[in-house]
Amino acid sequence: MMSDKSPSVIVMRGITKRFGSVVANDNVFFTLQKGEIHGLLGENGAGKTTLMNILYGLHQPDSGEILINGVHSHIKSPHDAIARGIGMVHQHFMQVPTFTVIDNVILGLQPFYRPALDRRHARQRLLEIAHLYGLSIDPDAYIWQLSVGDRQRVEIIKALYRNVRILILDEPTSVLTPQESEDLFHTLRRLVENGLSVVFITHNLEEALAITDRITVLRNGKAMATLPSVHATKEELASLMVGRQVLFDIPTLDLPDVSVNEVLSVEKLSVKGDRGSLAVRTVSFSVHQGEIVGIAGVDGNGQSELIQVLAGLRAPYEGRFFIKGREMTNASPREILQAGVGYIPENLEDALIPSFSLLENAVLDTHYTPPFSRNGVLDFRNIVRHARALIQSHDVRVPDEMAKAAVLSGGNKQKFIVARALARNPQLLIAAHPTRGIDIGAEEYIRNLLLQKRKEGMAILLVSTKLDEIMSLSDRILVMERGRIMGEMLREEATIERIGMLMAGSEA
Amino acid sequence: MLQKIVLWTHKRTSNWQQMPDWLSSLLVILLAFLIGALFIIAIGASPLAAYGALLRAAFGSVNGFAETMIKACPLLLAGLGISLAYRAQFWNIGAEGQIYAGGVCAAIVGLYLHGLPTFAHITLTLLAGMIGGALLGFFPALFKVRLGVNEMITTLMLNYVVIQVVAYLLHGPLRDQASGITISPQLLKSAWLPIVVERTRFHLGVLLAVGLALLIHWFIYRTVLGYQIRASGENRRAARVGGIRVNWVIIWTVLLSSALAGLAGAVEVSGVQHRLVEDFSPGYGYLAIAVALLGNLEPVRVIFSSILFAALLNGADAMQRAAAVPVPVIYVIEGVVIVLVAVSIFRRKGSL
Repeated sequence: MMSDKSPSVIVMRGITKRFGSVVANDNVFFTLQKGEIHGLLGENGAGKTTLMNILYGLHQPDSGEILINGVHSHIKSPHDAIARGIGMVHQHFMQVPTFTVIDNVILGLQPFYRPALDRRHARQRLLEIAHLYGLSIDPDAYIWQLSVGDRQRVEIIKALYRNVRILILDEPTSVLTPQESEDLFHTLRRLVENGLSVVFITHNLEEALAITDRITVLRNGKAMATLPSVHATKEELASLMVGRQVLFDIPTLDLPDVSVNEVLSVEKLSVKGDRGSLAVRTVSFSVHQGEIVGIAGVDGNGQSELIQVLAGLRAPYEGRFFIKGREMTNASPREILQAGVGYIPENLEDALIPSFSLLENAVLDTHYTPPFSRNGVLDFRNIVRHARALIQSHDVRVPDEMAKAAVLSGGNKQKFIVARALARNPQLLIAAHPTRGIDIGAEEYIRNLLLQKRKEGMAILLVSTKLDEIMSLSDRILVMERGRIMGEMLREEATIERIGMLMAGSEA
Repeated sequence: MLQKIVLWTHKRTSNWQQMPDWLSSLLVILLAFLIGALFIIAIGASPLAAYGALLRAAFGSVNGFAETMIKACPLLLAGLGISLAYRAQFWNIGAEGQIYAGGVCAAIVGLYLHGLPTFAHITLTLLAGMIGGALLGFFPALFKVRLGVNEMITTLMLNYVVIQVVAYLLHGPLRDQASGITISPQLLKSAWLPIVVERTRFHLGVLLAVGLALLIHWFIYRTVLGYQIRASGENRRAARVGGIRVNWVIIWTVLLSSALAGLAGAVEVSGVQHRLVEDFSPGYGYLAIAVALLGNLEPVRVIFSSILFAALLNGADAMQRAAAVPVPVIYVIEGVVIVLVAVSIFRRKGSL
């Protein structure tokens, strides 16, 4: 932990930033000390990234001032920020996939009038940096050949190559396996040992506690507190983040009777991804009535493709699947919905028409059936009744049903989507990342709703990258890694370590 | 100070973006006329006199108004068709060809189907025009959903094919041997759309088009297919996830869209020309794109934008005669409207 006497390399004072009517940062005070890892903690939309984008020169604050090493500074652009020693690694990497690592690192550094690239010198420096900070990388590999973890290292090297002394990382672990995260943490410690300072943006409490020296919690654009990590507890941070106590108790579940009806059965399913390679490799499993089956895994290991096939949105390559004993392998989305499936897609945007009112969105998946239409004409009396019922019974916060879907917050959108899917009374619910990117209140509500539906006998297939969600909701857990199911376990047998190993591709 | 200005313009632009789009359409028109006025002044004429002559010619007499409306009619029908297609994000720029295809099919039915009562013959003539247009729209739609072929290219290229086919027919099989020029014989009288306002060319097709605009408004907002057209255009993925058969919707949308453009051609042949003429559409199919966009793809508003463009077409000559302002000034106004409409559309999309 840093002592308070360490000099502040960055002081952000009274930072306010508005986007239209939304206040993204509200009079925020933030300091970064030399040689510390400073966690910036908050829910999605709390203003963490905005604050750091201001420091990185991507946004200009509406008011407030920034001091770098005690000097007032106007950071006009990222170029300006890098010149002052501030680097940032975004969630989306800024890389040219058809270039090599080394070319990406030196991209933009050499004046255009110097025709030949000095790769020899660059390689030497790159390797020195990589060695010093424990960043293993092949300088001649092409970006497209690299894993996400490698690409993140390239991004860090890029910043270090430009002599930054302050490194901002935006949700760096969201794309990494637990093991890759450990490597990253190791690198970050090396960085601060060498006198650099790191800002670590995250919404993950445990990570924040594990890696940082101090934590600043943001909520609704305001800085709630800055506290040393060693004195902080999970519960305290969580209540700062959401403004109230959050219960981390896992509800006890009675065991489902798996001898009863099998609702979904998947047999040796293989699916090709967008790049034409197999994204799902001979996967078999089943989901029974009254059971939640959770699929864990790092994003991008075939979960999306699997779910899309089950929803009829993508053709399988090999294998079959059955819903209530009926083969639905090549069925259309409509046939699958009508076979009794509710579907919560992984992206909110795939479930709502932004320019439509909630009224019209309420029947997106049912408008072509009675009582919402007859003889091809919509029956708005029934649609209004239905939309109001969805909004009221699930506490969706909107002025009224005529509001456009685009104006809802993420949490309210998702509550609405889940409500709509459940209103069909499906026998199988496919829920892909149902709580991703939404506030804790809505998250809690949706989780409880899933548990309640399970109790009522619904079969639920849950895909999530959040281990706590998988472990607290699922009766059975499957772990996917590179398109295969690496392991299957009952909830009682599951530990974070075991799932983490499987997610990283090693047999437990 | 600078920051104040930046803040002020920022506030302004955000207000600008919140402006209702009908108001922004009106501002676009106003601005276009202002820019047109600059050109008129540069020529040394009086904008007030020029615009006065234009308005008088377009709306100042029963006959002038009738002439404006019969020009608005094909613009409105094709504009409605384009609005439907664009709602589904199918960028049909083949309305011109569909107008010609509709005109040819209508002419053939109107020329050769003898012995029918007037009502039946007119109905069949217009129906033939719609089928002709729809046929031309069908293939680009099919190629789009089956093979992913860009519809802008296929619909545009088909325009030239059809226009050449019409030229061939008028030089060959359909040519009126009695006439020295390349026109077909007159349609049978039973295939002529009746005149509504006496001593003018104001025909029944105008009322039909306005009625269709209201019907299509209802269709878009109140029917299942209308809902699916809008949903498929606004968010294709979400529509698919919701069980909408997007490809099927696109095919039907384009059939309706091109049938309306075909009807525009049929109405022009059966209501105004009474025969097939080689260049019977002075680019109605292209102008209708601007009509649809200025009307913001809202059928009822497309009525007004079609009348505006028709008034410009109709009043241009009068303006040239009365105020000595050359016709191309009108093209400037049209051009400015199109550019500004395009800008406002991209601005809206960009800000969303």
